[in-house]
Amino acid sequence: MALLHVFNLTIELPASTGPDASPARSLVKGIGFDIDAGEILALVGESGSGKSLTALALLRLLPDALAITAGSVRLGDNELFSFSESEMNRVRGFRAAMIFQEPQSALNPVKTLEQQVGEVLTLHKKLRGQARRQAVLGLLEEVGIPDARQRLDWYPHQLSGGQKQRVMIAMALACEPDLLIADEPTTALDVTIQKQILELLNQLRRARGLAVLLITHDMGVVAEMADRVAVMRHGDILEYRPCQEFFAAPQHDYSQQLIHSLPKRQFRPHITEPQPLLEVDNLKVWFPQRQGILQRVAGYTKAVDGVSFSIHKGETLALVGESGSGKSTVGRAILALEAATEGRVSFDGQAISELDQKAFLPYRKRIQVIFQDPFSSMNPRMTIREILAEGMRSLGLAETSGQRKSRQEEKLSQLLVRVGLAAEHLDRYPHEFSGGQRQRIAIARAIAVEPELIICDEPTSALDVSIRGQVMELLLELQREMGLSYLFITHDLSIIPHLAHRVAVMKNGVLVEQGLCDQVMNQPQDPYTQALLAAAPVIQALG
Amino acid sequence: MLAYIIRRLFYAIPILIGVNLLTFALFFMVNTPDQMARVQLGDKYVDPQAIEAWKSQRGYDKPLFLNDREGSEGLLTDTIFFDKSIRLFALDFGKSDEGRSISADIYQRMWPSLAVALPTFVIGLAVNIALALFVVMFRASLFDTAAMVACVVLMSISGVFYVFAGQYLFAKLWNLVPISGYLAGLDAAKFLILPVIIGVIGGIGSGTRLYRTLFLEEAGKDYVRTARAKGVPELTVLFRHILPNGLIPILTSVVVVIPSLFMGSLLVESFFGIPGLGSYTLDAIQAQDFAIVRSMVFLGSLLYIVGLILTDISYTLVDPRVRLS
Amino acid sequence: MADFKLTILWSDWLIYLLVVTLAIFFINLARDAVTRKRWRKVFVSPLGSASFLVIVFYVAIALLDSVHFRLPLQQLEGSDTVHYSQEVNSLLDLTLQDLRGNDEKTYSEPFAIYSFAKENRTLDSGQVVRDFPRLEHAGSHLPTGKPASADIFERTMHALVVGALLTLALWLLIWVLRWGLGLSSGQGLQASAWLPWKSILLTLGALVLVSTWVMQLGGYYHILGTNKVGQDVLFQAIKAVRTGVLIGTLATLLTLPLAVGLGIAAGYFKGWVDDLVQYVYTTLSSIPGILLIAASVLLIDVYIETHPEQFQLTAERADFQFLALCFILGMTSWTGLCRLLRAETLKVSQLDYVQAARAFGVSNGRIIGKHILPNVTHIVLIALVLDFSGFVLAEAILSYIGVGVDPSMASWGNMINEARAELSREPVVWWSVAAAFSMMFVLVLAANLFADKVRDAFDPRTVG
Repeated sequence: MALLHVFNLTIELPASTGPDASPARSLVKGIGFDIDAGEILALVGESGSGKSLTALALLRLLPDALAITAGSVRLGDNELFSFSESEMNRVRGFRAAMIFQEPQSALNPVKTLEQQVGEVLTLHKKLRGQARRQAVLGLLEEVGIPDARQRLDWYPHQLSGGQKQRVMIAMALACEPDLLIADEPTTALDVTIQKQILELLNQLRRARGLAVLLITHDMGVVAEMADRVAVMRHGDILEYRPCQEFFAAPQHDYSQQLIHSLPKRQFRPHITEPQPLLEVDNLKVWFPQRQGILQRVAGYTKAVDGVSFSIHKGETLALVGESGSGKSTVGRAILALEAATEGRVSFDGQAISELDQKAFLPYRKRIQVIFQDPFSSMNPRMTIREILAEGMRSLGLAETSGQRKSRQEEKLSQLLVRVGLAAEHLDRYPHEFSGGQRQRIAIARAIAVEPELIICDEPTSALDVSIRGQVMELLLELQREMGLSYLFITHDLSIIPHLAHRVAVMKNGVLVEQGLCDQVMNQPQDPYTQALLAAAPVIQALG
Repeated sequence: MLAYIIRRLFYAIPILIGVNLLTFALFFMVNTPDQMARVQLGDKYVDPQAIEAWKSQRGYDKPLFLNDREGSEGLLTDTIFFDKSIRLFALDFGKSDEGRSISADIYQRMWPSLAVALPTFVIGLAVNIALALFVVMFRASLFDTAAMVACVVLMSISGVFYVFAGQYLFAKLWNLVPISGYLAGLDAAKFLILPVIIGVIGGIGSGTRLYRTLFLEEAGKDYVRTARAKGVPELTVLFRHILPNGLIPILTSVVVVIPSLFMGSLLVESFFGIPGLGSYTLDAIQAQDFAIVRSMVFLGSLLYIVGLILTDISYTLVDPRVRLS
Repeated sequence: MADFKLTILWSDWLIYLLVVTLAIFFINLARDAVTRKRWRKVFVSPLGSASFLVIVFYVAIALLDSVHFRLPLQQLEGSDTVHYSQEVNSLLDLTLQDLRGNDEKTYSEPFAIYSFAKENRTLDSGQVVRDFPRLEHAGSHLPTGKPASADIFERTMHALVVGALLTLALWLLIWVLRWGLGLSSGQGLQASAWLPWKSILLTLGALVLVSTWVMQLGGYYHILGTNKVGQDVLFQAIKAVRTGVLIGTLATLLTLPLAVGLGIAAGYFKGWVDDLVQYVYTTLSSIPGILLIAASVLLIDVYIETHPEQFQLTAERADFQFLALCFILGMTSWTGLCRLLRAETLKVSQLDYVQAARAFGVSNGRIIGKHILPNVTHIVLIALVLDFSGFVLAEAILSYIGVGVDPSMASWGNMINEARAELSREPVVWWSVAAAFSMMFVLVLAANLFADKVRDAFDPRTVG
């Protein structure tokens, strides 16, 4: 008998009446699965697949707008869907607990750690006072919060993201539940932290015989953690099998697509061009910190502190680092969107870091940028035509009169076709497109002015895995066709071998290591690079 | 923290100078010291000597902003503006153009003002928060909708209507309290009840609606979901999690008006004949007594700036995330 | 038909300008899909559409009352020059001629045919009695002996029938228009089916019914009584609509360029521009608003007194004072909008699409015009509709404490101000103040409801 038995779970967005009337829509369509004690089931899917709704529905925490219309959830001997709300409150946090994706917002900002973790103990175990404090302390120590005794009275904002997630776990485990539901517990964290949290979960699962429902979109995490896998898409479970079998021989096309979206460890030959296109020499970007009555500059935040590298024609340099390492600031400084405090940036032999806005203009045509978030990188009030034409116009590439206008029109259509969209999309607005399509438009916008170097600032990290591969393929194709160079800024080590010729690893504003891709990835010299590589989940089954 | 407060007080100086400049410019754009003297002395006694005497006695015999008679030395300092403003910064309000001590007037009149404004503020805040919480408890129900419609209706009624209706019902029809007026000491209570009640009722519509929005915003946050996942009952979620977080924007947004409570309310005081600072200012404006107007504007601005600083300090007290630097 | 002389007051120019700008604004908005969708959300709700119609009704009255002209005086024998009356009339005065011309001597209750105050009367027999005299105009058509109530009932019935017929005609017209429009777009009646037609038609019907009733009975009775000098109260309350509507819109619009310009400049350019703008609005907002208003209004009075040559007509003087009041009210409130715009601009200018534009070398002016301005207009819009009702209410209070519009100008505030004396009379004269409060209440309620819908649709925090 399984610990958790889910059967025919159906979640619907009820039909709305009134002017905006829409029929009822099922978001989760009668799915079922089991979890045994001590087992981890990974529920895998991309955004909108219904996996998070499933998790919330198990504890009946769905938002009011959604309704569970059919199905049953049995935890042990109890049917949860027949419980009253107050009976449910004896289950939540006591027999089944939950942790969420965003530890930043999931903790109450005005309560101390002791109050928040202690609340569960008071509710379900009637612990109070010193006994409660001791119990909280024990829990915090168990999940690996350093100096736990001191931190009992701290507030969430005083902790790092990883520590907050640990507190969430402590809170979830406080009453020794049988089931833990973990909704994308590591997505918001850096890879090195992700590894620690996953290890912690694994260890607790073994020590306590915990059943875990792990919800994730990351196939690497699945491969490393799960005993069984359920693949979800559009509210249906497509495939539900033991992990080993699943990775060895995925049955469903979509499962195969998910697994193959993981880039292969296949290195690109390096470029042999003598003359570098872009040279960055000892670049520093410091932000002043002001203090005291007169707001004197008391020190600097050294976002970028002496970075040097070069990129050749047709070459991709991957700039890798975790959040806050200063990697995006490097890109912005090259584009002159951020003033360099010190150092030199040269493009095609010309020093460009000292130029004023006007003198920089010719280089704006030659250096372009693609941003991470395809939803904020396009003005929602402009049509695709206006978005594509804007750069061409301001850089004097637009043709406006008569005959030329139709040529311009043709060029815009060709651009869209080139990135895999259609000419009739020109008159639409950005919100009518999906994330992947928007990122294609952003690429079209950048190549519209025929640049030589494109700074790609995490262009794929906001996309679903299956889309990610397609966008990367497009970038590679364009590189081959147009001889483009890329500065590829990313935190995701797994995509590098396939994409980059060389890698530079950045930490706290400095480059700790740089070199050819296979060199750095196979024989990392710096301990930080080694830690990064060790933390990145890889699919063992595939070797 | 201390450095922060000192810095903020320094920032207040240019603002207060600006306020003074504006008051002076506005006043003297249409008035000249000669006209002021004429108004104060009354038309009958106007002769040039009397005007000059009045002006020199009150320091209005200098140039307004720039004194180019004196050469470079007193260019800015030997002027009406400098002379009159610099004393304000020492909180020396001087004498009114009528000859009474303004500081004494202020001290005497601020108590009635406070006696109306403070209870109205405290009771109003408590009532609005309580009502908002009550509505949030039944959120997304028919009661919620009805309450919000009621709030919009309350907001759409003119404040003067509340005054008329209150005076008619309580004073005229039921004879419970006097229509208007004021007595010092404990006798004040019966004069205060009506203005306070009307002040509170007049603010219910907008206050309750705003606070409900703030609470609902908190209710949609992730930590509330976390609390539910812990098995915390709905009512406890409301009082233990939503309320403390919702109170932060509410409290910090009302702190700014606390110092200004001293200034009283121009409207309520004139409706109910309460001899506070509000009616003092209104009388001064009507009598064109520049010394009082100038002092009250300065005091009002000063209290507003103090309110802004208190707002920042209150953030550090109620929100553990905020630290001043 | 006698000729006349158009007299366009400054506030008339502003209201025409306002209507033209709004028309252009809406035409432009219709181009943009995102905005169109949001407006759709406003008008989809029955409450949003109904309150919008009520506002439009008020604005239409204000517009009618903003076409001013002066009629010629009786020409002197043998003189060729035409002199025009000092009295300025508007189209609304013409429309409501029946209500305007029938001044009584003093107070009379709603629908009364006898005066409110007793008077000495000499009977035919030469005896002097003290009695309530018959009103000069109201009910003068009644044959002796016929009770007024029966006549009122008959006329009401008549008005309702006429009103109902007009309503039906209007509904039919709308249906034909919809059908015609639908036919041309090939969608039939489906084309505009998303609008809440039931509530739109009902609101229109109610407005038509009330208007016909007022027009039908207004000539025979004083529906809402008369005031101290015998003027029709209903007419005064309707005349005050223009004041209310204008103060609600002009107060924000006059200072809007300042708020938008400075707010966006501060948020976009940062540095010393930001410091300066912040200094300006902190200084202004630190002065207690009501003090600033009261002081400024009195200064305006002094200015008008000392420059009588600039104001030949009473109406011109009142108009100047009114515009000054709008401007001052705007001055006390633009700082809030400026602060919001600065914050929003700071946020928007950090967004990737602005960064992308900068990476393309797009000029600052173009970035502000194409990227920032369109993406902060929702804040302006929300402020505009939210402030509207506040200003209408503020006018009443300011006029009450004597720093509002000129007493010669019809306004709800002035009517309420007179109520101070009226309410202490015995028996109470309640109709004048009641008329002012209810006319104001309907406008403010409609504005508040509409503002609510606009905010729901445009505020990104409530937009899903």
